[in-house]
Amino acid sequence: MMIRVEDLHKSFNGLEVLRGVSLQVEKSEILALIGMSGYGKSVLLKHVAGLMKPDQGRVFVDGQDMCSLSGKNLEALRSRFGFLFQGGALFDSLTVFENVAFPLREKARLRDREIRERVLSELKQVGLAGAEHKYPAELSGGMIKRAALARALVRDPEIMFFDEPTTGLDPLIAHTILALIDSCHKRLGFTGIIVTHQIPRVFSIVQRVAMLHGGTILAEGSPEKILSSTEPIVRQFISGNIEGTIWKPGLKNEEI
Amino acid sequence: MGIFLAKTFFYAATPPLKFSRVLRRIRFIGFQSILVIFLTGTFSGMVLGLQGFYTLNRFGSSALLGPMVALALIKELGPVFSGLMVTARAGSAVTAEIGIMRISEQIDALELMGLNPFRYLVVPNLVAAIIALPLLTAIFDVVGILGGYLVGAKLLGVSGGTYFAEMANYVDTKDILEGIYKSLSFGALIIWVCCYKGYYTGFGAEGVSRATTQAVVLTSVLILVWDYFMTSLLF
Repeated sequence: MMIRVEDLHKSFNGLEVLRGVSLQVEKSEILALIGMSGYGKSVLLKHVAGLMKPDQGRVFVDGQDMCSLSGKNLEALRSRFGFLFQGGALFDSLTVFENVAFPLREKARLRDREIRERVLSELKQVGLAGAEHKYPAELSGGMIKRAALARALVRDPEIMFFDEPTTGLDPLIAHTILALIDSCHKRLGFTGIIVTHQIPRVFSIVQRVAMLHGGTILAEGSPEKILSSTEPIVRQFISGNIEGTIWKPGLKNEEI
Repeated sequence: MGIFLAKTFFYAATPPLKFSRVLRRIRFIGFQSILVIFLTGTFSGMVLGLQGFYTLNRFGSSALLGPMVALALIKELGPVFSGLMVTARAGSAVTAEIGIMRISEQIDALELMGLNPFRYLVVPNLVAAIIALPLLTAIFDVVGILGGYLVGAKLLGVSGGTYFAEMANYVDTKDILEGIYKSLSFGALIIWVCCYKGYYTGFGAEGVSRATTQAVVLTSVLILVWDYFMTSLLF
């Protein structure tokens, strides 16, 4: 078991976003975390990555309790992570090349020539050859996501987190990003969690799916199982039908 | 804020120190502030020369214009004005930069690479400010004294030789050290408050804007308050 979440609770200003989430991800498996916007998927992802501390519950990554790790131990564990942020989180004072080279320069003991080769190879993989001298402000949304993906993957992470990697992109670029994630997974064999609304397209690249609703995991299983689920909320969410019990106009998140 | 300061000093005192980042920050905080320090220093010295001459002339002591200008600049105005100028020019930028990095998840990205944001963002600014502030203060003092000389000697007729000779008689090493201690502590104070406000900024553009305003106002007030305590301690 690579990732294990046990009874996770988290509140913000009295609003309980996570109400006892339990989840497991096997080694080399990608889990798709689906659910409505604003329901805590990114919050859950940040807890697993150790960026947030839970009010209650525990998160274990490769057997280590993220809540009790600190200092060098936490830094060492995080060195094995890759994280693709929703907005890319590229360093805007650095070029694309410098962004992708950054983790290698800081954490890997490689020569400049090796770093250059790896960065250029990674940029080629994500289709950004020739854009290495551009700054993030000069890139389109799709290019930012691809550059961020190259940076996240350049150190061959064991555990990858993808926070809405295709949000805001046109269908062609979104498809390209998902195909990239799939090919990188096949190449590197990382364990991953992908928060996405790209349904059902994402189901072809993941091994399991979990739906977060009302602060807990409402449904979990293989993509086929989720697609054939008889749970009304799951069915409505996947079909995108506005008629049903999942959401009504004017209803606040905390009322669901 | 106390924990933030303690962490900053802890990481500053323990290796590794990011030298290249420190140099870049010295360039930003120090070198790029020279023009504004030069202008404010010159005109502060000229005003001191003008006011000092008319006040001292009432008591027939205009010969003491040099030491009056020099002591006021070296002990008080140099460190305080340099601190305020660096707060306005560089401190505000530091808060905004770190704040934007926070809201755009760049700080989270650093953490997830297994890197310590304090070592990358806060410590280089602290070291750079501690190096740059005394140097900027020295520039402020020198151009201020020359500004006072320009007004006192060239416009109002005080003897140039008297201006500098009396200055050498009345200003001693202790006065200069007082100014250096103050500028060192102001350097740390500016980075402490400005980095803290950026690091814990609110949400969105409004949060960064509010954090930047708070950083500049709080740092400016704290510089004046801390200056009073430093003066009372060092006298």
